[in-house]
Amino acid sequence: MINYLSKENKALFSELVRTDFKLRYQGSILGYTWSLLRPLLLFVILYIVFVYFLHIGNDIPHYPVYLLLGIVMWNFFVEMTMQSLGSIVGRGDLIRKIRIPRWMVVFSSSISATINLLLSLVVVFVFMVVNQVPLTLGILMLPVYLVMIYVFALGLSLFLSAAYVKFRDVSYIWEVVLQAGFYATPIIYPLQLVNNELVEKILLMNPVAQAIQGSRYNLITHDALTTYGMWGGSWYVIIPSVFVGIVFLCGLLYFKSQANYFAENI
Amino acid sequence: MIENNDIAIRVSHVSKNFKLPHDQQSSIKGRLINFRKRGYEVQHALVDVSFDVKKGEFFGIVGRNGSGKSTLLKLLAGIYTPNEGSIEINGKLTPFIELGVGFNPELSGRDNVFLNGALLGFNRKEMGEMYDEIVEFAELERFMDQKLKNYSSGMQVRLAFSIAIRANTDILVLDEVLAVGDANFQRKCLNYFKQLKASKKTVVFVSHDMAAVQDFCDKAIIINNGSIQFSGNSTEAAAIYNEINFSGSAVKGESKDESHHYGDGSATIQKLHIQKDGKDIKHISPKEDLNILVEVIANRDVKSAILGVQIQDASDNIIFSYNNIEEKLDISLNKKQRMSINLVTKNIFHNGTYTISAALKSNDKSVVYDQLLKTAKFEISGWRVSTAFTHPEVIANYVKKD
Repeated sequence: MINYLSKENKALFSELVRTDFKLRYQGSILGYTWSLLRPLLLFVILYIVFVYFLHIGNDIPHYPVYLLLGIVMWNFFVEMTMQSLGSIVGRGDLIRKIRIPRWMVVFSSSISATINLLLSLVVVFVFMVVNQVPLTLGILMLPVYLVMIYVFALGLSLFLSAAYVKFRDVSYIWEVVLQAGFYATPIIYPLQLVNNELVEKILLMNPVAQAIQGSRYNLITHDALTTYGMWGGSWYVIIPSVFVGIVFLCGLLYFKSQANYFAENI
Repeated sequence: MIENNDIAIRVSHVSKNFKLPHDQQSSIKGRLINFRKRGYEVQHALVDVSFDVKKGEFFGIVGRNGSGKSTLLKLLAGIYTPNEGSIEINGKLTPFIELGVGFNPELSGRDNVFLNGALLGFNRKEMGEMYDEIVEFAELERFMDQKLKNYSSGMQVRLAFSIAIRANTDILVLDEVLAVGDANFQRKCLNYFKQLKASKKTVVFVSHDMAAVQDFCDKAIIINNGSIQFSGNSTEAAAIYNEINFSGSAVKGESKDESHHYGDGSATIQKLHIQKDGKDIKHISPKEDLNILVEVIANRDVKSAILGVQIQDASDNIIFSYNNIEEKLDISLNKKQRMSINLVTKNIFHNGTYTISAALKSNDKSVVYDQLLKTAKFEISGWRVSTAFTHPEVIANYVKKD
């Protein structure tokens, strides 16, 4: 049995995360503040376009916070998969020359996305306070949904990073998938806008959509449609979670089957 | 599992192949189009390699470029996985395939020390304790807060080496790339090797420097074309390696040797070569004496001839010369009589390629009987730290005075 939590692994892991984080804003004047500024600026743009000009979401209470939370969670998903995708190839110099646990490379790059998420969530909470969103016990559900996105993204990351070693097309394909996902996920529009129950149900099968809608429901407004609400509490509710489990398992297995040959394939 | 506790590394029947696509298809479209005729060549980097390394042994792996020794090294380090066979490691192994793996040019020297330390398995606390010693050893106190990209390559190597020698594991895999850098640095490496040897660590040492292999290794294997050609005592291994290595190039050299006869033919220099134990060699290491054999045959009666022998370096500087007049030795031969002259001198010369010239002239030097110019090319190479042209023996006498 390999000891995943050995002293050596912990030391290496913390250094990899530290390096990732240090290098991220290397040479930029504002540095870490960009972690906060980026989602905020994106939010401002989307807010101006969709709320100010297109008048979407006027009937939803606290829509700006609703929008921001969606953006922050989606960004977490995008950042994590995009960063991890290139992580194995990007650390090729290490992998070709020293024996380090391969999973650690993917895992460490997921951590820096998580740190960014936590910073962004601080901004969300500030907005919640400013918008006078009542704080309820529903906030306890937020970590559950974040873990759901994290596990889903980690499973995808393991698969994508291993596939990217062999096929460099993966990064382009994934970019397109993410772009499609951005519109197929109720981020900038309230799900009610789709106005077709079947489509709404299908869209909610996406674990990221479920996590975003669930967080909105529990944190901001019960106007947010959730899987639970749509399916009326039947067993369909667990489909997205099962899907997350399957994706994670498949990703892990594929990664394991490829990991021994990374050094010669990069 | 390894039942025998004295064994540190057991390699049994290991083979490693690489698939080399004829046309690298790194895109899905390429794969689809060439689905049927996806041609690749299987390269057998290692074929059925087996050996044991005992605990506390200094084990050499030698071989020419492309012989498979780097692949073997990477297999030992766990970077590659063998296609067949197994590798068992008994203890913890640190590979120095290269110095400064994971160094990041954008980070400060300080950050890089911690990062590199983590790759060797040290956490921040442990690294913090050794940090001052590492910096001092690397002689880089003033530069630690600068980014690594502003370091000279020598500084980077010094820093990497200072961290690497901190590795405290049972088995070390050293590539000869460790021995880069200036003379001063090479001496540090040498001392480190000596220390390792003295402390009875298990070391796998990869090199094509036969002098180093002879000096340090207890046992050695020669790898040629992916399989073990010789396994055993390191001195023998070095001798065999030199033989194979220089016999290949000797074929070219030999034909050149023949064509430079010049003279009236009164006598012929039949042989002009460096020798060792009665055999012609093309390579000697710094420790061996230079043994030059000259054989002449007289085509008519020759009276009191003069023989001159010279050694020239790669830039044609004459670094050694000899003639028989100074020695008051007489060369007088009857027709068809042969003579062989054996010259032995201490090899005090620097690493490099050298040529030997010899001439046989009449007593008044007016007639050249035979002359061979810049033939018998040979090489001196090995573990010699100083870059001085010559290394004569020194008798030093130190007296302290008050």
